[in-house]
Amino acid sequence: MEIDPFIFRLSIFILSIFVGYYVVWSVTPSLHTPLMSVTNAISSVIIVGAIIAALAGSSEKIFETSNIFGFLAIVLAAVNIFGGFLVTQRMLQMYKKKKK
Amino acid sequence: MTANLSALFYLISGILFILALRGLSSPETSRQGNYFGIAGMAIAIIVTFLSVGNFGEGFIYVIVFLIIGGSIGAFIAFRIPMTAMPELVAGFHSLVGLAAVFVAISAFLKPEAFGLGNIGNIKLASLIEMSLGAAIGAITFSGSIIAFLKLRGIMSGSPITFKGQHIINLFLGLMIIGLIFYLCISQSNNIFWSIVMISFLIGILLIIPIGGADMPVVISMLNSYSGWAAAGIGFTLENTALIITGALVGSSGAILSYIMCKGMNRSFFNVILGGWGATDQSSNTKSKEQKPVKSGNADDAAFLMKNASSVIIVPGYGMAVAQAQHALREMVDALKKNGVKVSYAIHPVAGRMPGHMNVLLAEANVPYDEVFELEEINNDFANCDVAYVIGANDVTNPVAKSDPQSPIYGMPVLDVEKSKSVLFVKRSLSSGYAGIDNDLFYRDNTLMLFSDAKKMTEEIVKSL
Repeated sequence: MEIDPFIFRLSIFILSIFVGYYVVWSVTPSLHTPLMSVTNAISSVIIVGAIIAALAGSSEKIFETSNIFGFLAIVLAAVNIFGGFLVTQRMLQMYKKKKK
Repeated sequence: MTANLSALFYLISGILFILALRGLSSPETSRQGNYFGIAGMAIAIIVTFLSVGNFGEGFIYVIVFLIIGGSIGAFIAFRIPMTAMPELVAGFHSLVGLAAVFVAISAFLKPEAFGLGNIGNIKLASLIEMSLGAAIGAITFSGSIIAFLKLRGIMSGSPITFKGQHIINLFLGLMIIGLIFYLCISQSNNIFWSIVMISFLIGILLIIPIGGADMPVVISMLNSYSGWAAAGIGFTLENTALIITGALVGSSGAILSYIMCKGMNRSFFNVILGGWGATDQSSNTKSKEQKPVKSGNADDAAFLMKNASSVIIVPGYGMAVAQAQHALREMVDALKKNGVKVSYAIHPVAGRMPGHMNVLLAEANVPYDEVFELEEINNDFANCDVAYVIGANDVTNPVAKSDPQSPIYGMPVLDVEKSKSVLFVKRSLSSGYAGIDNDLFYRDNTLMLFSDAKKMTEEIVKSL
């Protein structure tokens, strides 16, 4: 009997939760704010769905309703991707060790 | 690009995201981690373009919108002051939530583009996944907006409660589950829109009863939700990168909420179901009579600290409000010149989000190896000459250790009172967020410095 691909995705999902659990516990508490901003940035990988939504359909009708939602989602996700990674970078630049 | 090849690339970008979080285990590796994250994102976007393979006019619009969003994001990232980080993160969460809702709507309106079936005949699993993604996304969106307004001070930070609140929330939650069932049978547009609308409403109702100082929990919780929403959409689109990322972000937010709740010795439900302000009745009223308080000025403080051999600084939300971190660093520099050993003690829930104080101190060029967490430093107070409490209150209250009646009993606190003398910078004797009197004010070894945190620190710098 063949296994439903959904089961594969579910396996990936559950294993990733475990990976996330162990990785996040190893994050030092002083970097919890950058952790939040970077998780924010990476969760915007949802832009993948937005791009598919925006480009769906025929080339004559670029702005059907479903496409418009896609384009809007692209803008939102792009704000987050650029904003999230850049602000994380800006924060991480500030963490310095004691000058000896 | 074949589906198999792109799936492999999505897996790579998922792994790069794991490495991005892994990098945050120490400040040295963190910057490299961030580059891994950026690389993962770039791979995901390029692979999507190649696998859709539509490079017509629509593609140009996609690039245009990408650039518009990107420039807004970059502009915000460079301009935002570090003290505004909590509301920025809340604002960003709301965008992820709304993007998830939009993608789900789009998938519902045009399922064939995503390979999910046809209108009116969408695959059952996809329908459940996309409606869950849309519902969680909508809750994340409206909840984060409320959190943003509260943090920004546009909306009052005090909890808004009314009778039957929790019953309404429960009812709405059950209603969403019911509607999702009904959607699976009927595939009706109206049901789908109702699910989205009710979820918006739940998001608002869920966050309004939560008070300002509980915001660290709320922000972490919304962080977690934005992850689960992304994962829901990931299942709909059958996209590995999204599923992995959603799981990572979801568990990350959940762990942060747990750490924050533990920092306050409260259960997650206790925080979610309403603020402290509402439950407090005992300690507030009875001890309002005048107890003797020693107060001093900047010169006294400067004298005490100059002659100390070690000083521990305890910053709190008040420091962020007064923007006193730079003045504080100057003060510490002056003390170090006098040969005083200085370190910083950070309580897990100091500030309005996890790690809030650490970022502000880093901004003021405080080396991170002088900054310590509660467990690392709490024993050192007994050997320290002066504790300088700036903008913190409840997290130093010894009542949490001694009075089982107190609402904050059992909360881990910094043992500030064990140091030889305590300097407490505060504008007045008013109680903190928890609404309880701080015993520390009336101790013999406490000297109150009644002033704005920044002004007082600057004056101390002058007299040093």
